[in-house]
Amino acid sequence: MKQHYQLAVIGAGPAGLAAATLAAERGVEVAVFDEQAAPGGQIYRAMESIPQHRAGQLGDEYQRGRKMVSAFRASRAKYFSETQVWSLNGRRELGLVRHQQAHMVTADQVVIASGAMERPVPFPGWTLPGVMNAGAGQILFKAHGIVPDDGVVLAGSGPLLLLLAWQYLHAGVGVKALLDVTPMMNHLHALPGLPRALLAGHYITKGLGYKRDLKRAGISTLHNVRSLRAQGKDTLQSVSFLHNGREQKLETSVLLVHFGVIPHTQLSRVAGCRHVWSDSQLCWRPVLDEWGRSSVDGILIAGDGGGIGGARSAEHAGRLAAMQALYELGAMASDAQQRLARNDRKWMREELHIRPFLEAFFRISDDMLQVTDDDTVVCRCEEVNAGQIRAAVADGHRDSNQVKFLTRCGMGPCQGRQCGEAVSHIVAVASGKAVQDIGHYRERPPVNPLTLGQLAGLHPEEAE
Amino acid sequence: MKADVLIIGGGLMGFSTALHLAMRDTRCIVLDKDSPGRHASGVNAGGLRQLNRHPAEIPLSVVAAGMWRHIRELVDSDCDTRFPGQVRVAENQTDLQSLEKRAAMLHSLGYQHEELIGREELYRLVPALARHCTGALICRNDGYGRPFHALDAFRRKARSLGVYYQSDTRVDGVVQDGVEWRVSTLQGEFRAPVLVNCAGAWANHIAAMLGEPVPLKPGAPMIMVTERLPHFIDPVLGAAGRKLSFKQMQNGTLLIGGAHMAQLDLLQERTEINWHKLALSASSVMTLFPQLKDVRIVRTWAGLEAFMPDNIPVIGASVTAPGAYHAFGFSAHGFQLSPVVGRILSQLILDGTSELPIDPFRIDRFA
Repeated sequence: MKQHYQLAVIGAGPAGLAAATLAAERGVEVAVFDEQAAPGGQIYRAMESIPQHRAGQLGDEYQRGRKMVSAFRASRAKYFSETQVWSLNGRRELGLVRHQQAHMVTADQVVIASGAMERPVPFPGWTLPGVMNAGAGQILFKAHGIVPDDGVVLAGSGPLLLLLAWQYLHAGVGVKALLDVTPMMNHLHALPGLPRALLAGHYITKGLGYKRDLKRAGISTLHNVRSLRAQGKDTLQSVSFLHNGREQKLETSVLLVHFGVIPHTQLSRVAGCRHVWSDSQLCWRPVLDEWGRSSVDGILIAGDGGGIGGARSAEHAGRLAAMQALYELGAMASDAQQRLARNDRKWMREELHIRPFLEAFFRISDDMLQVTDDDTVVCRCEEVNAGQIRAAVADGHRDSNQVKFLTRCGMGPCQGRQCGEAVSHIVAVASGKAVQDIGHYRERPPVNPLTLGQLAGLHPEEAE
Repeated sequence: MKADVLIIGGGLMGFSTALHLAMRDTRCIVLDKDSPGRHASGVNAGGLRQLNRHPAEIPLSVVAAGMWRHIRELVDSDCDTRFPGQVRVAENQTDLQSLEKRAAMLHSLGYQHEELIGREELYRLVPALARHCTGALICRNDGYGRPFHALDAFRRKARSLGVYYQSDTRVDGVVQDGVEWRVSTLQGEFRAPVLVNCAGAWANHIAAMLGEPVPLKPGAPMIMVTERLPHFIDPVLGAAGRKLSFKQMQNGTLLIGGAHMAQLDLLQERTEINWHKLALSASSVMTLFPQLKDVRIVRTWAGLEAFMPDNIPVIGASVTAPGAYHAFGFSAHGFQLSPVVGRILSQLILDGTSELPIDPFRIDRFA
């Protein structure tokens, strides 16, 4: 690893791969830092090593990754796998850990392609062992082929939930029920977005296809589910909920939940990039220009980390960010940049047609976002519940950071990754202010694990 | 809006002053440009330390220590205080000699709170410490508290006694109009016959408005906190030859400071961790507690503090402007002094004199 690169790309999902490949092809010195063992990100995870028969089960969108990964491998971009970025600042210094050794590396341009994470939504019992994110289940499935053998209950909202159910179905896993907590009213609110969404009709066709397959397989899907609760003594035993006004209960030891995805913003926040609350996506997102430039000089953000747009849109965003970086590095003239950008812009726009519809359709109910049950734990690291957060607000602590100082919510090892969005929301509602004015926790690095020994061993890199 | 005393700065010094004034039926306004505890008062390391104080600060620090012991009587909360003592270890002969000199100096001044201990007593108190240390200076009734909780308690108590507090109100100008100070802000004008400058890292701007500029330098000492560990150490630990402050908090986390400074963007009020310097603190910990190698750092931060060239604060009346007072520049060790500083200012304002010697803290000492 060198001390300095012209371009550092963080993450090797669709956005990172596209950015790094384009920039490297144009002769710029690129380093890609990736947490995974191999390129592909979450969506194209383990792309290069997955057996053919399982790749088949995972659907055709997944295949698209193969092409990206091989183009990236063929480029001259330096790939650093299993590398965690624990810090990034406004001077574009990256703190990294690789093979237990900490490094500091600088770059002229940085593309953050950190992707998305599942939206954590606290509900009663969500911290019980046996309750996990559907994405975590999917990772186990994709990388290790591990599937729960006594069946699962799936609950939540959003397109991935259907996909996951469909994937489990094809792998022969028992799905006891699919509990859709999407409020019925959303169908109405999403209607205005439908005509535009039809322009990206292949997504809708695909979603309907999943639905049809699930129905054929006899998996019961309950819509408009409310008041979801996970129950059990030390581990999950059952799931209770309201359906059509009736209280219901399902025995299960595994509950997979999914409430859509939100941008992974820890790095962009720790770097000092300006963020705004997106009321349609219900999350914080960095303020970006048409190239993906953040408010911090030389830091670009591409893909879902800049706002949820999906894998294909991320590819285009990655390329656009690379074009801007190339321009800044003097490796591409302005008119060439504009010319090259034209198609990516057009395709990205087409990809994004469906977003307003999806966002409105899968919007989570206010009840869940606000965590109306006082006893529900919001910060699982420090075990702070919704009632304590509301009490802090009632006590005059009127933003996320003050509530954090007082209650310790967000101060645990996950650094507020799990509770940041929920706390912003709870505080906003309790204080009658806009989420934007409540703010997010100030990010305190390291944003990834770093030990005292690793920090003590930090030393400037020798040149290669 | 009008009151008897107008205090600029809603940190610990401001609220301690307001509280002591309110206890004597004085009406106070406290203005803060940000939210409560946003800067040094909320995010400092929380040390309650008499150990190794500048001689000028010792009389104040000793009184403050007594006040912290009974802090509940003052603010209805124990502010999460603990008093397991603070030690300053010697790792070699040079360290030990400097500690011996310090102890002798203190005893000659008539103070007994710092005590020299040998190797055996040190390892009895801190069995987890690496074996190379040779002795230590200890102050057995020192300890620590939780700064934000302390600030919250001071603020709450002050407000319960009628102190008016307004956050997000930055002072733009100060003029003396006859017997009254007029303080202008975007949120309106505030007036009082007495003005107190407790504006922390921004106190030099207020002082300049009063016509007495001071060589204050803002700085942001870095702190890091680790994951929770089983209890293994009682006292707060420092070292004679190192910039280090090390303690295990009530919840098991380690809080490691060391007065290494973060990069500071004063205009944006942003600090950035200087990892190469923070690595020095981590190295110190590795030398003194090598068994902590694999402990995870959970968070780091740096709060904005005011430093004076001689590292002792400014406390006292303005020299240029009658009816104005200062308390700032605590140079990253003001937390422990805050109860007594509030009392001193209340005495200066209401009685014209202080029970404790504050002459070394005069604002015109830099002139």
